[in-house]
Amino acid sequence: MSNEEKKIKMVKIYIMGKMYEVPEGLTIMKAMEYAGYKFIRGCGCRGGFCGACATVYRIGNDYKLYTGLACQTTVQEGMYLVQIPFVPAEKPKYDIEKLRPTASTVLSIFPEITRCVACNTCTKSCPQNLEVMDAIQSLIRGNLIKAAELSFDCIACGICSIRCPAEIVHYQVFQLVRRLYGKYLSKKAKHLEERINEILQGKYKEELEKLTKMSIEELKKLYESREIET
Amino acid sequence: MTYESTYSEEMRRSIEKVEETRDRRLKEAFPRISPEEKDKLLKEWHPDYRPEGKRPLKIGPSKGLIVPHEVADLIEAYPLIDPSNIDLSKIDYDVDILIIGGGGAGASAALWANNSGIPADRILIATKLRFGDANTKMAQGGIQAADRPNDSPILHFIDVMGGGHYANKPELVKTLVENAPFIIKWLEDLGVMFDKDEEGNMIELSGGGTCRKRLHACKDYTGLEIMRVLMDEVLNRGIRVVEFSPAVELLTEPDTGRVTGAVLWNLETKEYRIARGKAVILTTGGFGRLHIQNFPTTNHYGATMDGVVMAYRVGARLRDLDATQYHPTGAAYPEQIVGLLVTEKVRGLGAQLVNADGEQFIYPLEPRDVVAAAIIRECYGRNKGVITPTGMRGVWLDTPMIEMIHGEGTIKKSLAAIYRMFSRFGIDPTKEPVLVFPTLHYMNGGVEINVNAQVLNGRGEPILGFFAAGEVCGGVHGKNRLMGNSLLEVTVFGRIAGISAAKYVQNVEPGKLSLKHVNRYVEMLKEAKIPPTRKSPILLPEYRGEKVLSRAISLFAI
Repeated sequence: MSNEEKKIKMVKIYIMGKMYEVPEGLTIMKAMEYAGYKFIRGCGCRGGFCGACATVYRIGNDYKLYTGLACQTTVQEGMYLVQIPFVPAEKPKYDIEKLRPTASTVLSIFPEITRCVACNTCTKSCPQNLEVMDAIQSLIRGNLIKAAELSFDCIACGICSIRCPAEIVHYQVFQLVRRLYGKYLSKKAKHLEERINEILQGKYKEELEKLTKMSIEELKKLYESREIET
Repeated sequence: MTYESTYSEEMRRSIEKVEETRDRRLKEAFPRISPEEKDKLLKEWHPDYRPEGKRPLKIGPSKGLIVPHEVADLIEAYPLIDPSNIDLSKIDYDVDILIIGGGGAGASAALWANNSGIPADRILIATKLRFGDANTKMAQGGIQAADRPNDSPILHFIDVMGGGHYANKPELVKTLVENAPFIIKWLEDLGVMFDKDEEGNMIELSGGGTCRKRLHACKDYTGLEIMRVLMDEVLNRGIRVVEFSPAVELLTEPDTGRVTGAVLWNLETKEYRIARGKAVILTTGGFGRLHIQNFPTTNHYGATMDGVVMAYRVGARLRDLDATQYHPTGAAYPEQIVGLLVTEKVRGLGAQLVNADGEQFIYPLEPRDVVAAAIIRECYGRNKGVITPTGMRGVWLDTPMIEMIHGEGTIKKSLAAIYRMFSRFGIDPTKEPVLVFPTLHYMNGGVEINVNAQVLNGRGEPILGFFAAGEVCGGVHGKNRLMGNSLLEVTVFGRIAGISAAKYVQNVEPGKLSLKHVNRYVEMLKEAKIPPTRKSPILLPEYRGEKVLSRAISLFAI
């Protein structure tokens, strides 16, 4: 049955300027596939977690430039779209073991963050709706922890970095910030160390050995009688 | 701004019932299922137990193994390349360790090979799409490790075996559970931001089928956080990564069967490249994009089972591929996100599963296969599902309960990804429940390995120079994986694969390269009278519109 027979409403979209009619209600990603595109770039997890399908678009003659993830944005009539499948930026190398967990460490590796003019374009363009500028400004004010928290949901799609007049590569900055926080500034889990010591001392060795040789019937008994923590 | 629901009228009427019963249900614990009821439920309603969905393999070291048709179709298929067209005399990448697959297992293997003394420039990660494009990144809920005082590796072991229906390879389970706390420590030291309290204690939750609170999480972006830290470290060390270059066939030494490299294919320029490694580690992931039994999937675009196909051609033994994991709670509404994952952490935080009448029908934290079967029964056996405007059925996952149990703001804080996913389409999970139905999630089985991550042949002996880790492998999870054990598997066995391969390459010279095993495989296919219509690996799924495909033609030979 064709779409006309099923009475699916079609919308006109413009993929890099070229018009295609696609069923309404599809995501940009599925609409592009419907139109005949087979993705190599510009498509990753298809679930909003990987940042591969960053897309910019305008609608009709609205002057505004919108951003979104192709896998998480529904097509609209008159959408003019293009994907940004790659952001050119070489990742600086550092040895996390040798760094001090301070904002000045981050500034020394990414000095361009001081060029931030607080225009807020990054925040406005973020498809995850993160407070990107606040995170950068927190760093400039020396607050590494706040920058780590504000940037946690970043999926590194890179749209902010393409839009930034100060040419900051935000997602790389935030990656370093979060690692410094996770490694140095959050307290270590003591119960974890204790368990590791127990394992190293061989506390579970014998019993685990025994379990690997146990019959299914015996294991079943253990499984079905185990106490469940609620 | 007041909140306006985007649910249909019929769905909203059902939500009213969910709201009416909510206060009562908050105090109500649905009884756990008995072993007998569990067996009956699975046999009657779990998709794995439908014999018409599967068939025995006709050829190869695991001939006779029952697998889904979609898997058999790719195993019983001809190679993409004609070996006689491939020039193996020019080696483009010559390394000590070749890692095929750039997800969590591949990155862990690379780091531990490097930690074991292999220089960064002697390691190569070849990956089909971008580095880090993998199911690892999409894992939301958490990673298991028995590290709280009331827990132990013993209990973790018992949970894994019971959840896997005792079909697991016990020594792999032992390796998994006793390495788990070390892996969490390693990740913590690399700088992964785990959810912790003010004292630094890990905040841990229950998962389906776990008898203790053992799920370590990074909000509901656990896999993303782990993957990006591993990637950052791999790049910092200068380990070589070649992207958009999937392996399309492994290379072997004719006399010994040792795996010595791979034919890579540049997806963009269409040229092939020869990679030689003294050892090869396979970390290519699973098969969600094969849409077993037409289910939607939570999986990454590249999850097309390429690794299993290639490994089988060099003689690897397969196991447990008859068991497919359907995650109980895939989004069932709205249409744009059907099949996407709604993490088990939602149930870990107290949200119940309820039917169209607002009543519970299963204890929400049974193992995944049990919950999935119960949801299918509720929708198709008892007709108590909610029907969406496009005709899809589902049950409610009562998310507003989380806010009532843990306080307002919990969803935005602990389930940021889920909140974001639904609110993008006009649904606020803090105020209204979300509709769910099982979705294809995980390849429980795969190539068989031993505790050193060596791939085994049909006789159960290690194939020389060949290692594997992660979802491409079978045996760790038996017939059903528990939540939080896949992130654990990729890191535990990725690490072991890296260490084992590093040890192996110390005493060997680079091997000879040949595709003779491919010729032999083709002979087997012909002998079994398998028609040359199917080719594999498929590398990417086909989603182009039918209308376009019906008129697509190829005008040039290349």
